[in-house]
Amino acid sequence: MPKRYLSIWFRHLATDRMVRLHPELRDKPFLLYAPEHGRMVVRASSRALDREGIAPGMVVADVRAILPSVEVFPDDPVTTDKLLKDLAEWFLRYTPVPAIDPPDGLMLDITGCTHLWGGELSYLKSIVIRLRKGGYDVKAAIADTIGAAWAIARFGKNGTIVEPGRQAEALRSLPPSALRLETTILQRLEKLGFRQIGQLSRIPRTNLRRRFGDVLLTRLGQALGTEPELLNPVQPPPLYQEWLPALEPIRTAKGIEIALQRLLDTLCERFFNEGKGMRTGTFKGYRVDGKVEQISIGTNRASRNAVHLFKLFELKIPEIEPALGIELFVLEATLVEEVSETQEALWSMGNSDHAAIAELLDNIAGKVGMKSIHRYLPLEHHWPEASIKEVSSLVEEPETTWRTDRPRPLHLLPHPEPIEVMVALPDYPPLHFRYKGNLIKVAKADGPERIEQEWWLQTGPPRDYYYVEDENGARYWLFRLGTYGNGEPRWFLHGFFA
Amino acid sequence: MKELAGKKEIIKQLKEKILAMEGFSSGPDSHQFDFNLRPMNAAFPGGTFPVGAVHEFISPTQTSFSATNGFISGLLSTLMKQDGICLWVSSGRRLFPSTLKFFGIEPHRIIFIDVRRDKDALWVMEQALKCNSLAAVVAELRDINFAESRRLQLAVEDSRVTGFLHHYFPRKENTLATVSRWRIKPLPSLVIDGLPGVGFPRWEVELEKIRNGQPGIWQFEWRNGVFRHITVPKRTVPEPGLPQKERHYA
Repeated sequence: MPKRYLSIWFRHLATDRMVRLHPELRDKPFLLYAPEHGRMVVRASSRALDREGIAPGMVVADVRAILPSVEVFPDDPVTTDKLLKDLAEWFLRYTPVPAIDPPDGLMLDITGCTHLWGGELSYLKSIVIRLRKGGYDVKAAIADTIGAAWAIARFGKNGTIVEPGRQAEALRSLPPSALRLETTILQRLEKLGFRQIGQLSRIPRTNLRRRFGDVLLTRLGQALGTEPELLNPVQPPPLYQEWLPALEPIRTAKGIEIALQRLLDTLCERFFNEGKGMRTGTFKGYRVDGKVEQISIGTNRASRNAVHLFKLFELKIPEIEPALGIELFVLEATLVEEVSETQEALWSMGNSDHAAIAELLDNIAGKVGMKSIHRYLPLEHHWPEASIKEVSSLVEEPETTWRTDRPRPLHLLPHPEPIEVMVALPDYPPLHFRYKGNLIKVAKADGPERIEQEWWLQTGPPRDYYYVEDENGARYWLFRLGTYGNGEPRWFLHGFFA
Repeated sequence: MKELAGKKEIIKQLKEKILAMEGFSSGPDSHQFDFNLRPMNAAFPGGTFPVGAVHEFISPTQTSFSATNGFISGLLSTLMKQDGICLWVSSGRRLFPSTLKFFGIEPHRIIFIDVRRDKDALWVMEQALKCNSLAAVVAELRDINFAESRRLQLAVEDSRVTGFLHHYFPRKENTLATVSRWRIKPLPSLVIDGLPGVGFPRWEVELEKIRNGQPGIWQFEWRNGVFRHITVPKRTVPEPGLPQKERHYA
């Protein structure tokens, strides 16, 4: 598909912003300045100053001499840059690929977008009218290349639409400065009498390269469409995104459900064709009043089952606040993974169908949160707390076997609880101990099992574990931290056996 | 004579139908699991441990909490033998996954769902019980009412998944719509010839309530990966009055 670009030039971006903030400044001559080489230099001037012939680059003192009534304000380039970025993001409703064109322009890749507004002319009109209403003085143009759109927006008639393939004619009469060149090259062109781009096409390329370097040829080629140029979009285009503009603003839950269903069907069909599935997804609604409502879901396993994904989103639809209505729905798969047949075989579940389990877990994660789902694999550590690791995947298999050679309690306390003990002899298990106010008499005991700290992880005294049983048959796991003779060791209860 | 035999046959079929309606499966799946609870089988309707139903376990103390988890794990190991996956829902989990291996379970085949509230645990359990790809569902929670337990029972009637409802530290021991109610208490283990150490885990298993069955009390030991019935419980409890043997520790 041949590309189409729309360039927007904000002629007074910084001052228009000031007027929006302080409406009393409208129609007044004022300028924004910044210090440069010890002088105050004009950075931006208001519309009223255009008539006086005052342009950025002049010294503030000179301007004051020409027009004593001028008001001056310090320039704030950071805020202006942010404004430009915000504007670019606002243009996401017109095209998925808006880009910032510093210092005062936007470049939109509008390929395949304009028919939704009924053609390029109404598309352009809609944009310009909305920006004008917002108080911005803009010029815009549509062309086949970024370079041509840029040039015509700035040097051509406002609202020009260059027919596909006609950019060479449109550029012919424009000055060389429309080619986005450095000042030194422009000065040399001026000196040699090149006043129009059309004149350059009559000169052999080798001569141009010798005189002006590669830059001129590149820029010329980019404007004419013979050299490629890449746009740097404000939002990197997500690979898996589906759009659904609404004819009329949608305000009902049912309407949102229908939109979601349609988007999911198209996206899942694409997933099927490409052998992929969604791990996380976002469903956004662009509201009439400019706000964006969004809900996100995550799955345990890449899924391309529209019914299942719909169920996950459905739980969150009530969170969407449509207010005056939603005019555009976007479904985006932010994390996409391959769905392979081998993945299904890894669980080796014999009789059970584990896709159903993954879907159940997605449902659970949607209700109580992904963090509440745990699965553990063994680790080769003796320290009990470090002997298991949590995994987030359902298909990861243990690398080592689960050990059963030493007694381990069925219930392990998250933090060992201190106990008071009565010990007959050092290195003997306690005769009795007190836990939560109860005196527990030890009837049988096994141990000690010494577990040393793993010095490469942490340091400290070793633990001596005892497996003890009281007179009623309750079984406990106790340990002594430290050894007798090396200060007073402390005792802890760490778990309960079955 | 012929008529009488025919009637007997009809009555037998009707009884099976009633059992099925009450939540006990009589299909082939009920006989494929052997839990090694032999002397207990007579207590169960149909002579086998009812799978595809919800069982309630009550444990008022920490020690019975651990013992009950041990007993449930023993049952799970049989249910999961055929490569099953089990969901373990809990509102206050202390289970250490590693130890499940001792009870014949591959701990990585258990998916733990840790929630804060009992209501969430119930919701998860109900959803899970509807998923017939699971071998079993265990839920540990503190409060449940009759209506909620009925929902669980209804869920398993379609899916035939076995559910274990572990009612720990209950605020009140109310009646529930489960097929059974169990109480497991730890018993002192047996050490051979007074040798030092601790023996195999041993429990007193009380089947307090069983629909269409005979409640009773049994003693079991978990030894070498199977339940073992203890016939002479007296040996394990030292008679009062006798002086205890002096202990020696390794």
